[in-house]
Amino acid sequence: MLQRASTRRARVTTRARRARTVQRHRWWTPWLFLVVPLAVTVLFSLFPFVNTVVLSFTNATPLGGGEFTGLANYREMTGDGQFWLAVRNSTLFMVVVVPLMVLLPLFLALLVAKQIPGIAFFRATFYTPVVASAVVVGLVWSWALGTQGLVNGFLESMRWVNEPVGFLTDAQLLLFSTMAVTVWKGLGYYMVIYLAALANVPKELHEAAALDGAGAVRRFRSVTVPALRSTMILVGTLSAISAFRVFTELYVMSNGSGGPGQQSITLVFLIQMVGRGLDGSVGYASALSLVLFVITLGFSLLLLRLNRTEDRA
Amino acid sequence: MRASRSEIVLRYLLLVLVFLISIGPFAWQLATSLKSPAEDIYTYPPQFLPSDPTLDNYVKVGEIVPVWRYAINSLLVGVASVVSNCLFAAMGGYALARFTFRGRRLATWAFLATLLIPGEAVLISMFLTVRSMGLADTLTGVWLPGCAGAINVLLLRNAFLALPREVEEAAVVDGAHAWQRFRRVALPSVKGTLAVVALLSFMAAWDDFLWPLIILSDPDKYTLTVGLQYLSGTFSNDQRLVAAGTMISVLPLLALFFSLQRFFFKGLGEGALKG
Repeated sequence: MLQRASTRRARVTTRARRARTVQRHRWWTPWLFLVVPLAVTVLFSLFPFVNTVVLSFTNATPLGGGEFTGLANYREMTGDGQFWLAVRNSTLFMVVVVPLMVLLPLFLALLVAKQIPGIAFFRATFYTPVVASAVVVGLVWSWALGTQGLVNGFLESMRWVNEPVGFLTDAQLLLFSTMAVTVWKGLGYYMVIYLAALANVPKELHEAAALDGAGAVRRFRSVTVPALRSTMILVGTLSAISAFRVFTELYVMSNGSGGPGQQSITLVFLIQMVGRGLDGSVGYASALSLVLFVITLGFSLLLLRLNRTEDRA
Repeated sequence: MRASRSEIVLRYLLLVLVFLISIGPFAWQLATSLKSPAEDIYTYPPQFLPSDPTLDNYVKVGEIVPVWRYAINSLLVGVASVVSNCLFAAMGGYALARFTFRGRRLATWAFLATLLIPGEAVLISMFLTVRSMGLADTLTGVWLPGCAGAINVLLLRNAFLALPREVEEAAVVDGAHAWQRFRRVALPSVKGTLAVVALLSFMAAWDDFLWPLIILSDPDKYTLTVGLQYLSGTFSNDQRLVAAGTMISVLPLLALFFSLQRFFFKGLGEGALKG
């Protein structure tokens, strides 16, 4: 007992001494520094999150009010065809986009990793689709993929098709067009993540493998991929989360409609469709938001878990 | 390992191919925006260069929708966002990195937790909050939720943590108080991170669509992204005008990015030289 008290006193004095040597400030100084970012975080993220949870158990409207309705919103969800359609589309989106996002940017990064003349220019240009807004990208590709656009012009001139392909007018094709555009826009972003990771792969490994007679493909599979495993997991998770957050490209390419008969809607599209406007249903939209949150949180937790096993291995 | 000549040629061929894929659609849009109404923009094979280049479309698009006002609105939100993010996120990050105080861990966790909550998942509730503050349909309402991003606070916290403590300790001995240590000693040392935060906040504000779409209803207050969608949704018959609108939106941002890209890729370039 006595001993514990004395260690505690010792610890307190060291801490006090360290604090005195490093800094001198009043107790409220740190909070003065923190007040704005902390207030913004609480007011526009943590509180809205709690509020979303609460509202998801009510039948609130944008005008306010709302009564506690228990699990009614969640029960409604299970029988809501649009909800299942949105989940199906968002899942399909993820399944198609994630493998492409894990592999294509890796090849791009390998392409620009070597320091050769002009490489900075190429890196920057490969990043331009990331810099441009999703609205601009959506409009640019709507023009290229439209019935009178470049792509159809090409396909028709090659006589591969007799009439324009409905890239934007067929519900299923619109979804795949949106995926293609999302991949095109995201390549540069993940390329940069891979570039940073590639810089940490020891060059000696490559040289040793080359001396052993391993070809380029073999070196890629046996040296690069294992060294980048945790980065690939990171990119896979990030792109899975953003696949579930897709909205703007779809909104623009379907001209705000969500595709013919609203057949191409994604989860976020459905949330803003349900929750917006004076006749919106805030309660139901909140329940849908919570589903989105649980899905993205699931991916984040999966990433943490995989990283931990990675560290142990 | 010396690269063979054929490998170099192959590399450049691939680079040019990806270059065309990345830039091509923007270049095509730019060319379209410069074509006069007399020119057929639907011919195949496509005519890339305008036969009679004109800036008429840029004038005309301003007559249909107030595109220049949208640009100013976007600029206001973007600049405000850069200033507030650089200042407040740096202050917050400094407090987390350099002060010892009760509640520091909790505050750090609050910022980390925010990263797990996608903006789309709190969209409706955020709208209710901003509306209850009387800021619906205002540019302030567009700017406020992103004015001090949690990710920027954490980025700057890490940048401050990476600085050697000794310089600031010397400043303490010299009698500098907290604000002076932050402003005169620490802040100038994290310029690189500040540049990245500035670029990212400007891009985020300039490119955002969903939030301004939800919160703005008066077409005069639209930002460029919402205004462009409005233009193409309502007056989409003329591709030349839509193309001019997209160029007004994307060219300033690309100019900014290309002038700052050196800072952006700097760390990576050093790494690649080593590797």
